[in-house]
Amino acid sequence: MAFGAGGSPVTGGNQATSTESGPVQEVGEIFDVTRYGSYTQFTVVAPGVARAFQPGQFVAVAVGGPDTSMLLRRSFALYGVKPGTDFAGTIQFVVAAHGRGTEWLVRQPVGTKLDLVGPLGVPFPIPREPVPAVLVGGGYGSAPLLPLAERLLAQGSDIRMILGAATADRLFGQLAAKRLIGSVTVTTDDGTAGQRGRVTDPLPSAIEQLGAQLVYACGPMPMLRAVGEVAQAHAIPAQVAVEESMACGIGVCMTCVLPVRGNDGVSRFVRSCVEGPVFDAGRVRWADVGTLPADLHGADGMGGH
Amino acid sequence: MADMSTRLASLALPNPVLTASGCAAAGRELAQFFDVSAIGGVVTKSIMQRPRSGRPTPRMAETPSGMLNSIGLQGPGIDSFLANDLPWLREHGARAVVSIAGGSTDEYVALAKRLYREPVDLIEVNISCPNVESRGQVFACDPLAASQVISAVRRAAHPSTPIFAKLSPDVTDIGQIARAVADAGADGISLINTLLGMVIDTETLQPALGGVTGGLSGPAIRPVAVRCVWQVHRAVPHLPLLGMGGIMTGKDALQFILAGASAVSVGTAVFHDPTAPIRIIRELEAELDRCGFASVADAVGFAHRTPAEQAALRGTIDVEEINA
Repeated sequence: MAFGAGGSPVTGGNQATSTESGPVQEVGEIFDVTRYGSYTQFTVVAPGVARAFQPGQFVAVAVGGPDTSMLLRRSFALYGVKPGTDFAGTIQFVVAAHGRGTEWLVRQPVGTKLDLVGPLGVPFPIPREPVPAVLVGGGYGSAPLLPLAERLLAQGSDIRMILGAATADRLFGQLAAKRLIGSVTVTTDDGTAGQRGRVTDPLPSAIEQLGAQLVYACGPMPMLRAVGEVAQAHAIPAQVAVEESMACGIGVCMTCVLPVRGNDGVSRFVRSCVEGPVFDAGRVRWADVGTLPADLHGADGMGGH
Repeated sequence: MADMSTRLASLALPNPVLTASGCAAAGRELAQFFDVSAIGGVVTKSIMQRPRSGRPTPRMAETPSGMLNSIGLQGPGIDSFLANDLPWLREHGARAVVSIAGGSTDEYVALAKRLYREPVDLIEVNISCPNVESRGQVFACDPLAASQVISAVRRAAHPSTPIFAKLSPDVTDIGQIARAVADAGADGISLINTLLGMVIDTETLQPALGGVTGGLSGPAIRPVAVRCVWQVHRAVPHLPLLGMGGIMTGKDALQFILAGASAVSVGTAVFHDPTAPIRIIRELEAELDRCGFASVADAVGFAHRTPAEQAALRGTIDVEEINA
C-alpha cells in the first residue's frame, strides 16, 4: 500500500509551508467549540488543511502552547471540512479528553491559535461505481465516516450506518448521520441508547438486507478486528481506519507501526500514519499487534539487538 | 548577516543545521514541508546490512519535555537504501550523511565498503549498538570496542569520505571515549545519542514500551548534551563536532556551537514541528548577528574562552587592555 495510492493530490501552490503536493503546516484559529456528551468538537479555520482533504485523513495538532513540555502532536480524524469559497476553509475534529494533551486541548476557547499539520494519511478508497456499503463507527470513530457517507451518497451508493459506544454519552454523530442518511442503527454496551450490545450484532443483517459489497469502519482496534471478521464471513472487504498512537504523524518516527500483509504476501511493520490510517481489514494481522511475528519481513535481522 | 557556512572535516556545508539520525527517515517525508537541499544535510536513519522489522509496539512514550523510543532500528537494509533512498537524496540536492549501524565490527566494515563508490558526503557511525561478539556490550561504552570499529571503518571507507563516530552519553567519561575514537582515526564526532530510559505504565503495572527500555530524547536531555559537547571539545579540540540533543530553537543551537560544535542536528523537534530545521537556521542566524559573530566559525567553542578573551575577540575592548 503506497502513500497517496488513494491520492490526495493538491493542485497549485499554497501559502503554507508545503513544497510539494500533500499536507501543509499552518496556524489555525478555533472558530467554534461544542460539547457532545463526553466529546468536544472543534471547528478551526484552516484553509490549507481543508483544501486537500479526503475522508479518512487526519490532522496532527500541537498541544500545550508555546514552550510546551508535550512534544508530540495529537492526531484526530477530520470531518465537516468546508474547503472555503467566500470564507476561509474550516475543518472539524472531535476530541476525547483522556490525557494531559487532550485535556489541554478541550480547555482552549474560541480564538485560540492551533499549530496544525494535515491533511495526513491515506483516505478511504471510494469505488468508481456506486456500491452498497455499511459504515460502522465506534465511539468518536464515527467522525471520519460522516464525510465518507456524504461522498458515497453523492455518487449514488446505497448506504447504512451503525454507530456504537460503551455508553450513550460516548456516541458521536448519530444526529448528523440520521440527517444525512435518513436512519442510523445505534448500539451501546449498557443499553443507555439504541439496542444493547455491540456494533457487530446488527452488522450481519445490515450487510444481508442491503446486499452490501463493502464495509467501512473506524473505531477501537478490537472493534475493527471484529468488523473485519464479519465482513470476511460475508466474503466482502472491509476498509478500516485505525486509531494507533503516533508521535509525528508524517512518517518519520516509526512508532505507529502495525503488522500488515502486503500484495506480495509478505508481512511488514507499516506506519499507520502514512501507509494508513485506512487499511484493508483482511490485511492487518490483528492477533499479532503488539508482538513481533517470526515471519515478519526483517524479524530475522533482529538478532543481538 | 553572519556567514552561516561551516565545515565538518573536509565536508563544506552552506549552514550548520542538519537532521538527526532516526528523526528524518531518509529525507523524503520532510520534503513535503521544506526543500531538503536548503539545510546543512540530511542524516539518515541508521542503515544496517539486512532488513530489520524493528521491535513490537508500543514503541513510544511521551515524557516531560521529551520522549522515549524503542524502535529497534527498523529499516530496509543497505541494498534497498542504495537502490531507493540515496539516489533520491542526490536528486534532491541534499547533502547525504549516512548513518550506519552493526552488531559486529565486520558488519560496520561491510557497510563502509558498500558505500565506497556511492555519493555519500559523510558517514556517521552509530556505535550505540550491542556488540554480539562481546555479550551485547554496547560499542560506544567501551573505548577499545569503539576504537576498533572506527579504525576498521576508516580503513574500509573511501579515503575522502569523513567518518564521524556517534557517541553515547551513557558512559562514565565521555572524553575518554572521544580520545579513543580520535586516535582510531575518526574525522569528527557526533554527540549525543539518546540516554537509556524507562517508563512503567501504572495502569498495567508493566513497562510502557514493548522493548522495555528506550532512548530518551528531546529538550529534557539538552543540558546533558551541551555538557558532553563541552567535555569532548576539551578532550579533542582538533576534531569537528556535530552536536545534538533536544535542540528546538536557534538559541539552543547556539549553545551547542558555543560549547564546541561546528554543526548541529535537529531530531525530536521535527516530530513537533516538521519545519524546525529551516526555522532553526533562520533563528540561529539572527542569534549570531545579535551576538556580533561574523561567522559560525567565530562562534565555535567560544564559551571556552574567558570573558576577557571573549571581549577582546569581539572587539569591545582593546586587546592591549587585557595584556596590560
